[in-house]
Amino acid sequence: MSLKRIDLLICCGSGCVSAGAHKIKERFHEVLSAKNLANEINIIETGCMGPCDYGPVMVIYPEGIFYKKVSPDDVEEIVNEHFIKGRPVARLMLQDEEDKTISTQKEVPFYQKQVKVALANCGYIDPESLDEYIATGGYEALGTVLTTMTPQNAIDVIKKSGLRGRGGGGFPTHMKWQMVHDNKSEEKYIICNGDEGDPGAFMDRSLLEGDPHRILEGMMIAAYAIGASNGFFYIRAEYPLAIKRIKLAISQAREAGLMGKDIFGSKFCFDAEVRTGAGAFVCGEETALIQSLEGQRGNPTPKPPYPASQGLWGKPSVVNNVETFGNIPTIFLKGAEWFASMGTEKSKGTKVFALTGDIRNTGLVEVPMGITLREMIFDVGGGIIGGHKFKAVQLGGPSGGCLTAEHLDVPVDYESLKERGAMMGSGGVIVMNDEKCMVNVAKFFMDFCVDESCGKCSPCRIGLKQMLEILERITSGNGKEGDIEELQRLGEAISKLSLCGLGQSAPNPVLSTIRYFRDEYESHIRDKSCTTKVCTDLMHYEIDKTRCIGCSLCARKCPVSCISGSREEKYTIHQMPCIKCGNCLEVCPVKAVSKVPGMHPEVAAKRESEAKLSNHHDE
Amino acid sequence: MKTLADLKKIREKAQEEMKLRGGNVRIKIVVGMGTSGIAMGAREVMKTFLEEIANRNLTDVLVTQTGEKGLSSMEPVVDLVEEGKPKVTYGNMTPEKVKKVVVEHIVNGRVVSDYVVATGN
Repeated sequence: MSLKRIDLLICCGSGCVSAGAHKIKERFHEVLSAKNLANEINIIETGCMGPCDYGPVMVIYPEGIFYKKVSPDDVEEIVNEHFIKGRPVARLMLQDEEDKTISTQKEVPFYQKQVKVALANCGYIDPESLDEYIATGGYEALGTVLTTMTPQNAIDVIKKSGLRGRGGGGFPTHMKWQMVHDNKSEEKYIICNGDEGDPGAFMDRSLLEGDPHRILEGMMIAAYAIGASNGFFYIRAEYPLAIKRIKLAISQAREAGLMGKDIFGSKFCFDAEVRTGAGAFVCGEETALIQSLEGQRGNPTPKPPYPASQGLWGKPSVVNNVETFGNIPTIFLKGAEWFASMGTEKSKGTKVFALTGDIRNTGLVEVPMGITLREMIFDVGGGIIGGHKFKAVQLGGPSGGCLTAEHLDVPVDYESLKERGAMMGSGGVIVMNDEKCMVNVAKFFMDFCVDESCGKCSPCRIGLKQMLEILERITSGNGKEGDIEELQRLGEAISKLSLCGLGQSAPNPVLSTIRYFRDEYESHIRDKSCTTKVCTDLMHYEIDKTRCIGCSLCARKCPVSCISGSREEKYTIHQMPCIKCGNCLEVCPVKAVSKVPGMHPEVAAKRESEAKLSNHHDE
Repeated sequence: MKTLADLKKIREKAQEEMKLRGGNVRIKIVVGMGTSGIAMGAREVMKTFLEEIANRNLTDVLVTQTGEKGLSSMEPVVDLVEEGKPKVTYGNMTPEKVKKVVVEHIVNGRVVSDYVVATGN
């Protein structure tokens, strides 16, 4: 029995770690042992608590006090004031919009609309402790399933719960299980897809890092249901902490007898191992993932045959996403009806999202399906920062699409998002303010897909490259009439003809931005103007002579010496040699320099005459 | 681990270790740890509470702390907060008195009226 009176939970999700959580932890150990308090206070490293923007964050029990942006210098004060005198440090607490101090974690508005199922233990338990997972009800679902249910019973529970794959496609989980269950093969495999690659997405990483035993338990229940006795975790090598934690969880479970032979006295035997991916986005596609697991080059294969009939080493296999497994233990503990009571008609339960972009509370959230985008962005996410306006939200990463302000009341579920050209995807949500150029955003995702295309099928390998070239042309001021239509034609063809999900969905960001922001594409092409002043070829800098005080600072800082003038005549930017580095705008003491949308007429005229000349030569 | 009963045993023990993070708490002991409280020995008082609770294996009692309570002349001051009952405040506490409070109040449910300086909120 311990004498501990305080549990100090330090968030050690990757966000907080890079903000210095480990240094804070060390400092606490130093200060506490110097003050002889080490035996009264438990320091616990947890997985991601969610509000990464406020990192490093910590929660102190029994009161549940929430501290944000803690630095090693604050540690001594926390110990002296809070731990010794019982006076929580108000300065480190969150302030709400009316500057009222929010002291405890449950009062933080960020958490209030969230419902945590898969993330229930993330940021609450020590992910490296099997006992803490068991304390929250861990492995009880597995024990109950193994001792009281047949595999078919277990599949029926999942069917009743309405759980669908959380990796993006939204395929009903019970159907995958049923197909493999019905296959009479001697050998079957269960595979966990932890190859999360969407830019800005970190749901799976946080789950694997924050609650690895939950994923393992989910996998074991699935293995029992389908009749597999071997499992593989496929996790990308860029997630070293996730790999370390899941390996530790596996060895702890083996040691405790939760894995191995005759688990819970049943005839069920199971073992799992971890395989690391080498960082190819396409390996998140299940057939490519299986190829990679077999030691082949990570290329997708045509479907059918589906992995359910011929998967790993030709044997029936189920590939489920990390978050899908994360939901399973709770479904068995709380019942399928409970799970199905959340969400919409066709999308049940909750979904974890990684909120990023121009939003106040970036971080990891779990919300019930069917919540509106408005609630997610403005209530949970805290709205747009810096006094800007909401412009668009990108859902589903390079496979998804952009939605606009008119879609803010759309419920977040698989079908509603798909209807409008976006998708649930794995759960990356990138919120954009009115300073973002949508053509440029589309170009970014296209560039990503071109990089990540495996090159096996030509629509994806050649077609995407063509689309990228057109987008580069448009953003550099060389777009021409018909480019938009050509992008649409290519996009639709690539969607239909590509071999795997990567190619089929890669045109989505372009097609959806054309659908909702066609005017931006048009102004880039016709007016040679980027209204958001992001595309440097389609904007220019100007000096307002009525404001200029003739200090010459801009001229001296200009790396290409394209600014001239005098104290009397004021200064002028010569547009032709200007490289748009923005130094002049930064150094001007009176804010006389500004960005102006549109290519400068001088530059436009010169480009046109050059184009004519080269056409002439071609003829 | 071979049965659900084994799992339950581990769970109960582990829950005990995690009780600070909420859950099953019957009585909360709040020790006033302001400057004057500490000067009068509140730390010793709190330590004695922690030790006594550990020795008696009381799983549903939580020790926490607060700042100055205003009763400087009666420090160290300790509140016992029980669900559904008025708060009991003990004053001029010493490790010896703590032992008695643990036996009488916490274990047997009888308020030690000799040490009480206030009740209710």
